[in-house]
Amino acid sequence: MNNLVKELKTTIKDLLARKGRSFLTILGIIIGVAGVIIIISLGSGAQSLVLGQITKLGSNLVGVLPGKSNENGPPTAVFGVQIKTLTLSDINAIKDKGNVPNATDVAAFVSGNVTIIAGKESVDTSFTATDGSYVRVQNTEMTKGTFFSDEEGNSGANVIVLGYDVAQNLFPNGGEIGSVVKIKIPNNNPAAGDVSGSVPFRVIGVQKKLGTVAFQNQDDQVFIPFSVGQRQILGIDYVQFARIKVNDGANVKSTMEDVKRVLREQHRIHDAENDDFFVRDLADAIKLLTSITDTLRVFLGLMAGISLVVGGIGIMNIMLVTVSERTREIGLRKAIGATRKNIRNQFLFEAILLTFTGGVLGILFGILVSYLVALGARFAGYDWAFIISPFAVILAVSVSILTGIVFGLYPALKAARMDPIVALRYE
Amino acid sequence: MLIELKNIIKNYVNGDVVTRVLRGINLRIEEGEFVAIMGPSGSGKSTLMHTIGFLDRPTSGAYLFDGENTENFTDDELAKIRNNRIGFVFQSFNLLPRTSVLDNVMLPLLYSGTKISYENRAKKALEAVGLGERMDYMSNQISGGQKQRVAIARALVCDPKVIFADEPTGNLDSKSGATVMNILEKLNKDGRTIILVTHDMQVALHANRIVTIRDGEIISDVLVPEKDRVHSKEVKEDE
Repeated sequence: MNNLVKELKTTIKDLLARKGRSFLTILGIIIGVAGVIIIISLGSGAQSLVLGQITKLGSNLVGVLPGKSNENGPPTAVFGVQIKTLTLSDINAIKDKGNVPNATDVAAFVSGNVTIIAGKESVDTSFTATDGSYVRVQNTEMTKGTFFSDEEGNSGANVIVLGYDVAQNLFPNGGEIGSVVKIKIPNNNPAAGDVSGSVPFRVIGVQKKLGTVAFQNQDDQVFIPFSVGQRQILGIDYVQFARIKVNDGANVKSTMEDVKRVLREQHRIHDAENDDFFVRDLADAIKLLTSITDTLRVFLGLMAGISLVVGGIGIMNIMLVTVSERTREIGLRKAIGATRKNIRNQFLFEAILLTFTGGVLGILFGILVSYLVALGARFAGYDWAFIISPFAVILAVSVSILTGIVFGLYPALKAARMDPIVALRYE
Repeated sequence: MLIELKNIIKNYVNGDVVTRVLRGINLRIEEGEFVAIMGPSGSGKSTLMHTIGFLDRPTSGAYLFDGENTENFTDDELAKIRNNRIGFVFQSFNLLPRTSVLDNVMLPLLYSGTKISYENRAKKALEAVGLGERMDYMSNQISGGQKQRVAIARALVCDPKVIFADEPTGNLDSKSGATVMNILEKLNKDGRTIILVTHDMQVALHANRIVTIRDGEIISDVLVPEKDRVHSKEVKEDE
């Protein structure tokens, strides 16, 4: 043990005597390990960000979308296909307490892109047409005014709630509440011929600043009552999706079954195989997202792992050069009593020490970069968590040591097998 | 008897060509002797020294070291003998570069497994060659003569019975060479066996016995009369 420590000390001295080359030798390992750390950290950060945003909505929400999808696949609507099988009468059937007893609120949605005009100002934004219950389903908060009531939502009053940024753009000087804005009817509205080119709305509220969620600016949108948006603006008669708030998290699964039963009755479907809708809770969404981000992380981690192997090959090359450069030294060491094992250990130690140092530097560098990214993301308004998993650190250190053993062994054995006389005569 | 070679044969085989380097060497060296091995290039004197110094194994023949037959010794056992029972001094010094004088001298102790303080022994060995005050110098900061003295200290540090010196003055000027020979003489006087390989008669005459080898065979083995022996005085090096 005493000698092992001494050998290690000698190796450290040797490596420090060649600082420049030692650093270049381990650069590949530094980059590889830093890559692993950064990818795992950013992956965890992004995952927690998205999951945090989803759970912020509340875990007792159930979503209903038209079209069939398999259990874990993405919704059909993701691909831009409009499916018209979900209708207002379906929503009303779900709202019926006798059908779905545990649903406290149901909000139907349609959405699209429109131009809003207020005086001389005009803004292109997206609108969401929904029920007054939205405010309870989504836990929305207002900075000015109120959201429209259930009555206003049901009667189709021409009232509008502005997102924070939209309000800022249309009313740079304030005074939104009570003002009238106009929404231009999009050209693709099949009913456009029957109504005038724009619909006036009275502003009754401005939403609190929300920032960006899932890569969408939540402040760049407006809300109008469901029937106005559906009929007058879009000129359609179907529902794009609906969200249902359940009275208790424990009742989510039974409520999903209730909703499915109601919709099958509505659509006269007898076999679940033929469902033309699907019902999903947040647990499903979280499972789906987690599986996507996990796959992505494993994939990127593997890429970083490959760069570690490349770094290891770099170590092997330099170690082979070092061994042949130090042939005379090896000969001398053997002449004064070094055994094969001594020589093998010397070069193996050197390789492991190099990769270990590379691993530690890589971890520090990776943590620094991950931290800077987290700072940047927070600066940009994301609720980004800076996560360094101890697992990733342990993995990086063990892989870098393993790299040293694997790629240092061949040069070390080559050195150990040298014939002392040949080595001493080597020029 | 410290060293006893019985009909040592060494052949190098290269494809179909067999080179007979040592053709039946018989040699006995007593403890405390100062033997010079002489011979022209290619005579086999280096191979003979490598064989006696356990750097190489003979093709056939018996080698008794300190009464033990070494024929069946493992590589590790031979490494152990090289480590603490013999010491080597080479023509080209072979010090580790970028390493201090003290660390160079301590190197054999690293492989010895001894628990005695490395530093004290290394310092003592350096004092024995008159370099006690240079131990913190880097090996490339000292002169050739000093390098060879460091190499002698390194050979001494494990307190071996025999020191092998392969052309120890070959790369040195006459003053430094004289100092090195003076040190070897002193070590011999203290009872250590010295085996010296050289082709320089003036150097060989420091020994009390000269073995001449040619074409792999010993052609003469003579004792040097005391009156013919050369003794080097310690020369003050002015660096």
